[in-house]
Amino acid sequence: MGWLGPEEWRAVALSLRVSFWATLVALPLGLFTAYALARWRFPGKQLLNGLVHLPLILPPVVTGYLLLAVLGTRAPLGAFLQDLGITFAFRWTGAALAAGIMGFPLMVRAMRLSIEAVDTRLEEAAATLGASRGVVFATVTLPLILPGVLTGAILAFAKAMGEFGATITFVSNIPGQTQTLPSAIYAFLQVPGGEAAALRLVLVAVAVAMSALLLSEWLSQRVARRIAGT
Amino acid sequence: MSGAQDRGLDVALDHRLGDFHLQAEFSATEGLTVLFGRSGSGKTTLVNAVAGLLRPQSGRIAVDGTVLVDTARGIWRPPHRRRVGYVFQDARLFPHLTVRQNLLYGRRFAPCEGAPRLDDVVGMLGIGALLSRRPAALSGGEKQRVAIGRALLANPALILADEPLAALDEPRKAEILPYFERLREVTRTPILYVSHAPGEVARLASTVVVLEAGRVIRCGPAAEVLSDPAVTPAGIRGVGAVLQARIRTHHEDGLTELEAGGQRLFLPRVAQAPGTLVRVRVAAQDVILSREAPRGLSALNILPGRIDAVRAGEGPGALVTLDTAAGRILARVTRRSAEALGLAPGTPCHAVIKTVSIAREDVGAAAPRQSS
Repeated sequence: MGWLGPEEWRAVALSLRVSFWATLVALPLGLFTAYALARWRFPGKQLLNGLVHLPLILPPVVTGYLLLAVLGTRAPLGAFLQDLGITFAFRWTGAALAAGIMGFPLMVRAMRLSIEAVDTRLEEAAATLGASRGVVFATVTLPLILPGVLTGAILAFAKAMGEFGATITFVSNIPGQTQTLPSAIYAFLQVPGGEAAALRLVLVAVAVAMSALLLSEWLSQRVARRIAGT
Repeated sequence: MSGAQDRGLDVALDHRLGDFHLQAEFSATEGLTVLFGRSGSGKTTLVNAVAGLLRPQSGRIAVDGTVLVDTARGIWRPPHRRRVGYVFQDARLFPHLTVRQNLLYGRRFAPCEGAPRLDDVVGMLGIGALLSRRPAALSGGEKQRVAIGRALLANPALILADEPLAALDEPRKAEILPYFERLREVTRTPILYVSHAPGEVARLASTVVVLEAGRVIRCGPAAEVLSDPAVTPAGIRGVGAVLQARIRTHHEDGLTELEAGGQRLFLPRVAQAPGTLVRVRVAAQDVILSREAPRGLSALNILPGRIDAVRAGEGPGALVTLDTAAGRILARVTRRSAEALGLAPGTPCHAVIKTVSIAREDVGAAAPRQSS
């Protein structure tokens, strides 16, 4: 990576790490939430739906501030978690948390749509053949919603790569610690002569975003072709 | 409770759904039992209750003595623990799996003992060439054959089929029907088959359960129930008698000669070989009655008999039941001619059946006799 300086490279690596973990941890939670919203009826369903979508509507700065207010080192919950050895504020883990929360609505939306599109009569057929509910989910539902799950994950990953407002508010902009790719671009633009570095990072950001998009298209087409039987 | 037989299926259900009230009770032993009735009579609801896809408000269902549901005793077995092989109207193959994977889906959950072998099932259904394909690349008839195989390979204690032919066109129906006949002959597993097509019922059923507005109005052997004029779930056009006949010879002029109870019958050429036992369905509206032995008629099939009953229906029609050596025949005549001819129970009479009117799809292989 000769054309990226060490500071720039650190920002790209950190962003990839933050986005990877944000997506990985959000994946099972997102799938569960999407399944609950698509299939179950329970009190407070609309509230949960609203809560999930909140980060999409709120200004990112507000989400970041709320995170700080709840999980900051001086907040009760944050202090309690710190006693357990878990710190979010001003750490890369906090950046991952902020990125995960910001990408969560996109992930849940994509997954929910694909779950709602599944023909439940196929699941009934599987049950009559002897499959328990867990097995039905693993062998029928999950393979059928795979394109939606992949799309959701990739959208969340791309969102995490680009997340700026909530991240900078919650974990600040510490090079090597919490300075993700967008924060680094912002920082470079604040100093004289930083435009060249900023431009290089912008190119990286564009490349990552485009790759994610193409990958998601390619994957869902592959799955769709498999199901179409050609 | 101990009065219920151990083999076969026992159903007693009471379930309300809006205005609809299903209140059905019947038993079915070995062989193929057809649930016969108009759409909306509760057939699918009943089958879904047996499969566990619907939870009845009250009732009891048992298969081979195993209780699947008994609301009085609080017993409820979920669908995956019922061992029913369900063939749906719309096949419901898993689109993401190959035909082979679809066929083997239920195998890992099924008991190995007495399980049919994949090769045997594939051979019987003629789907060997399809194994590596996916359902999207199959025709409607092929899908349904794979669905039958999938249900069989789950080694079920009971096979359910909910109008498995209804979504198919005529040639495809003719393609699938023989497989159910084979199934009825080769498997000892009881089959519960839903249908509203009299032709299908005549061809397949060992026992017929007639459902009307959620209630069982008749239950008995196929030939008996279908020739009962009170049973008209498919309308008056569906009424017809079923005769057992043996194929004697194929004549060169395109006719097949059959023998039923010593009487000769002629049909347009049928595919089965001479000596085969078949069922022939004679629709009531294709039968003409004559008091004397008719002469100079173009019709080839004339069966002498004695009138058993004359029932006046709504409107100008009457339904006449005639006992002949070949079996019981139903004839639909006008009330006016019934009076003019003096048709009454005990009157000797001749049934004239137009050769061409015996539809070919109504000729099916006969069920093996209980005694043989």
